[in-house]
Amino acid sequence: MTYIPKPAVRHPGLGANELGLHLRDYEGTISTLCAGCGHDSVTAAIIQAFYELSIPPHRIAKMSGIGCSAKTPAYFVDQAHGFNGVHGRMPALATGANAANKDLYYIGISGDGDSLSIGLGQFCHAIRRNVNMLYVLENNGVYGLTKGQFSASADVGSRSKRGVPNKSEPIDPVALALTLGATFVARGFSGDKQQLLPLLKAGLMHKGFAFLDVISPCVTFNDHVGSTKSYLYTRHHGHELVPVDFVPIRSEISASYKHGGRTSITMHDGSMVRFRKVPEDYDPTDRLSAYEHYRSLQNRGEVVTGLLYLDPGGEDMHDDNATTSTPLAEMAYEDLCPGSEQMDALMEEFR
Amino acid sequence: MSDPRLEQADRTNDFAFKIGTVNGTGSASANGLIMQAIFRMGIPCTGKNVFPSNIQGLPTWYEIRVSRDGYSARTPEFDLIVAMNPATYERDIAEVRPGGYLLHDSSWPMAKEFLRDDITFLGVPLGEMCVREFKGARVRILMKNIAYAGALAALLSMDLDVIRGMIQEKFAAKPKLIGSNYKAIELGYDYAMEHFDCPLPIRLQTMDATSDHVLMDGNTSAALGCVYAGATVGAWYPITPSTSLMDAFKRFCERFRKDPETGERSFFIAQAEDELAAAGVVVGAGWAGARAFTPTSGPGISLMSEFIGLAYYAEVPSVFVDVQRVGPSTGMPTRTQQGDIAAVAYASHGDTRHIALFPANPEESFHMAVEAFDLAERFQTPVFLVQDLDIGMNDWMIPKLTWDDGFVPDRGKVLGAAELERIEKFYRYMDVDGDGIPYRSLPGVHPKGAYFTRGSGHTSRATYTEDADEYTEVMDRLHRKIDSAASEVPSPAIEMREGASVALVTIGSCDGAVREAADILEGQGVPVDYLRVRGFPFDTLVREFLDAHELNFVVEQNRDAQLKRLLLTETEVDPARLHSVLDYGGFPMSAAFVAGEVAERLGLKVEETRVRPAAEEPEGALA
Repeated sequence: MTYIPKPAVRHPGLGANELGLHLRDYEGTISTLCAGCGHDSVTAAIIQAFYELSIPPHRIAKMSGIGCSAKTPAYFVDQAHGFNGVHGRMPALATGANAANKDLYYIGISGDGDSLSIGLGQFCHAIRRNVNMLYVLENNGVYGLTKGQFSASADVGSRSKRGVPNKSEPIDPVALALTLGATFVARGFSGDKQQLLPLLKAGLMHKGFAFLDVISPCVTFNDHVGSTKSYLYTRHHGHELVPVDFVPIRSEISASYKHGGRTSITMHDGSMVRFRKVPEDYDPTDRLSAYEHYRSLQNRGEVVTGLLYLDPGGEDMHDDNATTSTPLAEMAYEDLCPGSEQMDALMEEFR
Repeated sequence: MSDPRLEQADRTNDFAFKIGTVNGTGSASANGLIMQAIFRMGIPCTGKNVFPSNIQGLPTWYEIRVSRDGYSARTPEFDLIVAMNPATYERDIAEVRPGGYLLHDSSWPMAKEFLRDDITFLGVPLGEMCVREFKGARVRILMKNIAYAGALAALLSMDLDVIRGMIQEKFAAKPKLIGSNYKAIELGYDYAMEHFDCPLPIRLQTMDATSDHVLMDGNTSAALGCVYAGATVGAWYPITPSTSLMDAFKRFCERFRKDPETGERSFFIAQAEDELAAAGVVVGAGWAGARAFTPTSGPGISLMSEFIGLAYYAEVPSVFVDVQRVGPSTGMPTRTQQGDIAAVAYASHGDTRHIALFPANPEESFHMAVEAFDLAERFQTPVFLVQDLDIGMNDWMIPKLTWDDGFVPDRGKVLGAAELERIEKFYRYMDVDGDGIPYRSLPGVHPKGAYFTRGSGHTSRATYTEDADEYTEVMDRLHRKIDSAASEVPSPAIEMREGASVALVTIGSCDGAVREAADILEGQGVPVDYLRVRGFPFDTLVREFLDAHELNFVVEQNRDAQLKRLLLTETEVDPARLHSVLDYGGFPMSAAFVAGEVAERLGLKVEETRVRPAAEEPEGALA
């Protein structure tokens, strides 16, 4: 999946970011996914997000499991460390890596099979643990690599390519993330990069577990009439509940929009999420309100998108643990070993 | 075959007894008190906890072997049984060796059908006395335990000052309890002194053989090893019998790794949702540069195998502590076995092979835990510390642990920022030094160190591949790498005896029984050599030793002769030279069993091993 070299061509019109790096520096190898795959659009948005945030590539840790989605970390930020682990277990790897080095930017890329079937337990517990990471679920309702079986996110009545309707209730990752305590819950659509980009940026800068579900149609196995995860269906039923902009800490805030009272939320590091159109009776920092809105729109058959819930508190699992400020992987051995004197004293307690 | 040493009449500091109680009644502290008192009298002793997989209500036993010669193996021959659980009277009474004693609560009459005329019944009205002296059901139950300790003190001639001193230490924070505990000790002690001819022939006498020692279980010492090795990330899913390892790690970290001023902690413990996740956390943390480990047992190893294969293939340092219990499946969670030897050697699908260390006691658990992290980072691979319930959860007398402040951990071939800056291009899986061990980089250190880690086919340049040659190149190097660990794992323990032509070969916690058996055999005129495997892959010394003996008895605790099979597979030794001695019912092995099996195979005269010669007639003891 990463063996095709990409020609090093840089568009002369593209400028450098604050680190002096160009968009090209955030790209990966050429994708081997199907032409038109929603995942490739997500990859393009991720490249843009890292570039615009001027994050040093080697400070990024790209984590994934197994599946089409899990291949995509090879297609963005070549100069980042990547770990393509085992199926459904990316959250555990990310937890461990983050436990060892909390100062990196963690992005996990998963799919609906990876997160909602084989890895449902790991997904849920990473949320509960509040791992500081952006967890992107590229959701297409189908298994691609094994050729078209329904996944756990397939809607009831959604038809397979051969016309067979799905009869099992879907597992909704957004509802799950809201109920399990994710501190950032959003949904995007791979066909809407304008919307996706600020969601990715805000999720990356959010401290705590940021969950981003992206409806990312499978052009080969699930983009036909009768599918509820197709481009067409998503465009027709999409409902952008809370469109946002992300304002990094470094930028000047020039204008704000006032709709329904709340305009912007300051995040832990001083950067801001600016809500453009918040419905009058909706509070995106209130979990219950977010859940009610989400459910009621969903019941009307709408695919709800946008930043649905945000806890700007800025805490993660290391705050719960009171972990020392130096990443554990960088601690000097002398500071970790209690030494002989302590050993001798301890031995007296075992007599 | 009987142990000639037992023929001697003097049973002072040389006997075994056990205490049968009901799980959850607080008897553990009374038993610990007795064990510790003997230890503090300077007498070598070992405690084995035989407990049920239950929180409250089922029978539980605590066995203590007192051995002036320092033998630590379990003996199934009990000179005295303290039967505090009427539900097990029948079994307990049957297990006392002829001529032995049964101490029981005589507040209620003993059923006639249980009575034996070849043992002495020592009835103490413990319940009655405690009801009279103490208030409240809970206190009465707890004090009854302390009261039998008092009776034992009189019967076995324990030092009362030592016991009082321990009660004072134990309840220093709750002085109100000191008085009631003293009282309970006296109740039992005085009754026994008044009604029996104390002490019994099996008795204690102060020695000076424990002053440089401690009483410790192997989960505690392994946890301490993890702390001293500099492990910062621990992940786990609670499972008997490994749970107390993480409990101990947490306790030590709270003490040694917490800034007293800021409260900041230089450790992270993740209680994961299952063993799959625990293994994943360890592999993730190892990948990111922390020393990480997980304690588990056989069922956990089964679940972790997926990540173990990933860590082997992607070459991520990680430490797995397997505290073995009886398998297969759920098996018997509170009984001991060595049933995972084969599983850890080749855990996970595909061609894998793992470094494993096999401690024989808590002292080795400590040192090998430290070594496991060095080996894991040096060879960039999973390393198993394989102990068992007997080592992990029982009280062993071991030399005081010491630490060398000059110790420098081996972090392996990790390229730092300066080194990465200097090199032209970094290839993660390239065999630069020709020793099978590539260089690695840690995420976040330097842009040149970035690479893609994967469990799918990869080249020496860390790129994806489906090419046969590129795949094979990496797999062959991995084989060489693990092979080369054979001379780096702990070398086998070997003891040669003059005139020996046969040998005992063993592993792990069988050690005590096997070495004692060698003494018994020598006493019968059959000297035997001894080898204990301490690491895998096997050191060449193992093969040489096997080849040097026409008959090697391979003593282990599993049905399928896993160590023997591994020796056959890995050393290509002549199978005719290996003969299995297997005991796998869940109890620690005994020397009498080993000696008996060997004697039988050698055609020696085999006497009844179960029965010890009777001690002196118990004069004046009341039935």
